[in-house]
Amino acid sequence: MVLTPAPTAETPLSARGLTVSYGEKPAVFSVDATFPAQSMSAIIGPNGAGKSTFLKASLGIIPRLSGDVSVFGTPVEKARHRIAYVPQRASVDWDFPTTVIDVVQMGLYRKVGLLGRLSGQMTHRARACLDRVGMSDFGDRQIGQLSGGQQQRVFLARALAQDADLYLLDEPFAGVDAATERAIVDVLKLLKAEGKSVVAVHHDLSTVREYFDHVFLINVRRVAEGSVTTAFTTENLNATYGGRLAATHMAKLGGVAS
Amino acid sequence: MTPLVDALLLQSGYNAALVAIGAALLGFSTGATGTFLFLRKRALVSDATAHATLPGVGLAFICMVSLGGDGRNLIGLMLGSAVTATVGLMIVEWISRRTRLAEDAAIGAVLGSFFGLGVVLLTMIQTMSAGRQAGLEGFLLGATAGMLFQDAVVIAIGGVLAVFATWVLRRPMTLVAFDAEYAAAMGYDVRKIDLMMMGIVMVITVVGLKLVGLILIVAMLIIPPVAARFWTDRSNRLIWIAGFIGAVSGYLGAALSASAPAMPTGPLIVLTAATVFFFSLLFAPERGIAAAVVRQRRFQARVHRRQGLLALARQEPIREPFTLRLLSREGLIRPDGVPTETGRAKASKVARDERRWDIARKVHQDAGLTGRYDGLTPIEEIFTPDEIQDFDRQIGPPVAVGALYDGG
Repeated sequence: MVLTPAPTAETPLSARGLTVSYGEKPAVFSVDATFPAQSMSAIIGPNGAGKSTFLKASLGIIPRLSGDVSVFGTPVEKARHRIAYVPQRASVDWDFPTTVIDVVQMGLYRKVGLLGRLSGQMTHRARACLDRVGMSDFGDRQIGQLSGGQQQRVFLARALAQDADLYLLDEPFAGVDAATERAIVDVLKLLKAEGKSVVAVHHDLSTVREYFDHVFLINVRRVAEGSVTTAFTTENLNATYGGRLAATHMAKLGGVAS
Repeated sequence: MTPLVDALLLQSGYNAALVAIGAALLGFSTGATGTFLFLRKRALVSDATAHATLPGVGLAFICMVSLGGDGRNLIGLMLGSAVTATVGLMIVEWISRRTRLAEDAAIGAVLGSFFGLGVVLLTMIQTMSAGRQAGLEGFLLGATAGMLFQDAVVIAIGGVLAVFATWVLRRPMTLVAFDAEYAAAMGYDVRKIDLMMMGIVMVITVVGLKLVGLILIVAMLIIPPVAARFWTDRSNRLIWIAGFIGAVSGYLGAALSASAPAMPTGPLIVLTAATVFFFSLLFAPERGIAAAVVRQRRFQARVHRRQGLLALARQEPIREPFTLRLLSREGLIRPDGVPTETGRAKASKVARDERRWDIARKVHQDAGLTGRYDGLTPIEEIFTPDEIQDFDRQIGPPVAVGALYDGG
């Protein structure tokens, strides 16, 4: 196991002793994690392993029982303007009276403030973000008229509008079509090329190698973390999934080092 | 009709005019502020708040009388009701946050106990010898008979403050109503925003007590935004449309009650709002029931047109008279059933669209999207260009229409 280095101003996200509990059953227990800068990291683990909980608690969306989270070397509360979050699609009511462009502009609310006007420049920026995810013709649709993949793209465009340095995504590829998955991956890789950091909760083990540089394996406790080549191993996966992955499944993962 | 026309033109006397203007102002502010209650799906919290005002009315009366003042001073009664409404609100919030009880249970418990306490206090006041206690029960259903100019001013000021606060907080409140987790991740304090929203609602509830009463004020908060929802798909317009509906209902309802003797104002305002709601439900474009019927008829025509064109592409005979009439009316077939030039062109386009849709249904198991396969909507309107390219790759090279459909 690698000793996690102390967070510096370059470390986009690191947690120390993070514990979250629903009732008296910890969902995440005393987790240390450090995610590297300018890379794409995956949070991997079985259902109920606390992947989303870890992400939400890091952001302070759900309260943590103990632990510290730092973002670029400062407490997360002071670095919110540098973070963009892409929640799970299922977390909102898609019949809400709002259009695609309105949702993207929500990403600008912090910059505009309470009384500021959403100027033409801001709208232009929102349109540009929509264009980056291939949805520029959909700006005026009511959001309920979109497919699952399109809804996910709108959430990504909203995060892009925030112009953050760290992007946190909760299962961005869950229930989306292949074209959307490709579009999202392209955008994320471009973000990385621009020097941003991406951390995503990810459930599809077969694409880890293709999409990500760094993995963090969790099952309530931290199991392993490191670069894909060193940490994404059969041994670590077995330790994370507790034998729930069949040998054939493992074989399908191809490049997994044994 | 003349009394109603007089009332509508504010010619039914000073008191009636005051009530109509006050009701319109109140309606606008309850509609606008109620919008976020509706969007946040917490409509019934306002019911608890409203019922929790009653003990405050009673306590304020007792305090003011025992201090030797006028027990019916409106400002004093409003302050008292604001205090107990806030207490009730905090208890609802506390119960649903700190215990395992759901919010509806907390609402039920608080609403009942505070209302019970209020009724007990009002009954005690009836037996008090001091003070002119008559009229306090008007806070239950509203009483407009003795409305003073200063009451209208209070409503105007309170209403303007509530609408202004709603306008200032519209972005955070929209964000919290749509996606509370995202709002929290951006650093908004969701609990504080919720409390501010309920605070605004509490203020407007207290302001409206005198006019429509605590039982019906909830309707003034909820019916206008629900009706407005039929007319727009954008939350920022919803606020103003709801305000407008509230204002019209307030004004019309007050005029109606002034035009006939002994008609209660609050209930008439609420019934007017309910009429607007039913009208919207029936006749709103897009979301209304009539629009749905029309859409259904058009959909039927689309299906028949599509099936007819597909039959042409497959060179199969068309037997259904409705389909034949439709196609010939649109110049797609000649009276003898042979396709025209346009008909052939459209048939081959439809056949290609159909093949793309076949792939689309395989790729997207998502019923919400492929469910809109209605025959007329070109696939370009539903899917992005890169998605369609993806379908075309799977279709492979163009196939002669006859060959593709061999064997069905």
